Amino acid sequence: MNEDLLLYNTMKHSSEYLVDVKDLKTYFPIRSGVFSKIVGHVKAVDGVSFKIRPGQTLGLVGESGCGKTTVGRTMIRLIPPTEGTFAFDGEDVFSQPQGRMKELRRDIQMMFQDPYGSLNPRMTVGSIIGESLGVHGVARGKERQDRVADLLNKVGLSAQHLNRYPHEFSGGQRQRIGIARALALDPKLIICDEPVSALDVSIQSQIVNLLQDLQEQLNLTYLFIAHDLAVVEHISDFVAVMYLGRIVEYADRDLLYANPLHPYTQALLSAIPEPDPGRRKHRIVLGGEVPSPSNPPSGCPFHPRCPLAEDCCKNEIQELVSKDGNEHLAACWKA
Amino acid sequence: MTQTNDNLLSIKNLSTHFYTEQGLVKAVQDVSFDIPKGKTLAVVGESGCGKSVTALSVMRLIPWPPGKIVDGEILFDGESLREVSEDRMRQIRGNDIAMIFQEPMTSLNPVFTVGNQIIEVVKLHQKKSGHEALGIAVDMMRKVGIADPERRVGEYPHQMSGGMRQRVMIAMALCCGPELLIADEPTTALDVTIQAQILELLRTLQRQEGMSIMMITHDLGVVAENADEVVVMYASRVVEKASAEELFDKPLHPYTRGLLKSLPKLGERKERLDVIGGSVPNPLHFPDGCKFHPRCPLGCNDSRCRSQEPPLKQVAAGRSVACWHAEGYDDKSE
Repeated sequence: MNEDLLLYNTMKHSSEYLVDVKDLKTYFPIRSGVFSKIVGHVKAVDGVSFKIRPGQTLGLVGESGCGKTTVGRTMIRLIPPTEGTFAFDGEDVFSQPQGRMKELRRDIQMMFQDPYGSLNPRMTVGSIIGESLGVHGVARGKERQDRVADLLNKVGLSAQHLNRYPHEFSGGQRQRIGIARALALDPKLIICDEPVSALDVSIQSQIVNLLQDLQEQLNLTYLFIAHDLAVVEHISDFVAVMYLGRIVEYADRDLLYANPLHPYTQALLSAIPEPDPGRRKHRIVLGGEVPSPSNPPSGCPFHPRCPLAEDCCKNEIQELVSKDGNEHLAACWKA
Repeated sequence: MTQTNDNLLSIKNLSTHFYTEQGLVKAVQDVSFDIPKGKTLAVVGESGCGKSVTALSVMRLIPWPPGKIVDGEILFDGESLREVSEDRMRQIRGNDIAMIFQEPMTSLNPVFTVGNQIIEVVKLHQKKSGHEALGIAVDMMRKVGIADPERRVGEYPHQMSGGMRQRVMIAMALCCGPELLIADEPTTALDVTIQAQILELLRTLQRQEGMSIMMITHDLGVVAENADEVVVMYASRVVEKASAEELFDKPLHPYTRGLLKSLPKLGERKERLDVIGGSVPNPLHFPDGCKFHPRCPLGCNDSRCRSQEPPLKQVAAGRSVACWHAEGYDDKSE
């Protein structure tokens, strides 16, 4: 596809990529009638491509329902992909058999949004974190205990928490447990799905700092999925903005925030209320709402809400391209 | 703040306690503030700080058992809400004070159409016929920016998006022309572009109707853009009170300062975010003295912070703070 070629060309000058997702599509069938005939598809992810270099962070932003979480879940095959490839360290993840997939999951870990729902309330913290060590046969008995204690220290908790249950911890501490669990198998890539959005403001910054420290110490690569543009700006090296299953803008963090090209990115940035009454700014208030991914509008999916839309936008989709030859891609005719 | 007749709502020394099986939870302690007519007051704080309980106390919606307002005075337009009869309170709720909630998904009844739910409010409070009430419902829906209200009035909540449902909630709250709107995290569950729409709508309606708003939120960005006055709560108490400009310009309490500094801001690059260490204390076991002292960057070694709770004191015109170390905080008059 044109889009991939361009992405590839603009990026090939740099060395290796740990993550290389190409033209990923995830459709969910809509069934109806007595025989559950498939009557349509929800195109949750509709042709998404991106790459991440080792040790870097890609921020994937978008509003609810734009497909950002589905991208993460499809990558570790919690949801089967409809089309596309995901090369992890050069290896095609989607075509691996179950056995190899299990090994791959040691290198790709995931962290979830809800610190209350993502920890089993009947398991102690020690067994939650240590479970994967057992499953993968990495460590047992005393050795496993030591590993878990070590992990707890790494995330700012202590070994005395080993035998406690999740309900004894606050939201921020539970998210630390989630991080420790993700780190247990020394992964290379962590897919962080809204890791801080359920936390209080004063705790958010603690977790963001912890994630950054760990990245530095362990040379981790993050796919950071979030809706908060300010947090994404802080933590990411590159940022991809999603709208209705597609990436509409992709750029180096500095470029994207300094000079957003796509009107959706511009509107998103201007919609964030800033904690400074002196800086009340000009706001682009978008009318309408995100259309349904089961019945996306013709042409550019953003055109019904776009302040710049013209006739060409209604008929044809602009692919994600770079207008000036650098690593700043936008999918908009008017950009 | 001096007591004038310009205040629509004034709360004095409000305390609300919950008698739970685990022990006494002092959810709101000694909270005082005023909301001037036509202005927006924001109550900011993290989860569990007592901001929602304060709002529910005003509405007298604290369930007994286990909760109870144990002390204080709530004056609404000169009327003491703690003393009025339940019948009078039912008139006030909806007619004079209306409330919108955080969860537009769960605060609407899924088995009635949204029109039905708005009409119910109108009929209950205004003695209108069904036909008139329907007209009011359609007008209100148009006012809050719902396109094609004649058709959508017959839709069920599940047919609407989160932003639309929040608009329905606002229409329902405003259909009797309340003087005070209590908005409990009205945009927390919404996306930023929808949040911008709803906040804009609230501002426009406030200008048109001249109502006062008590906005409960944890988002300092929302506060900065909408509030005239701000009350910062921490661990059941008010720790700082100021106008929005002054608060963001020069926060006095170390908690407010910490909160403001820990926020990542657009366009401001930092290597690391500043943090407030530790976590929010459990309301069953609040620390002695100043409740913020275990997390405070200033007062950890001060015996007074550990043993004595600083009362909220006025330090300048329209500004109060509760911290032994705050600038202008006169500790001798204690």
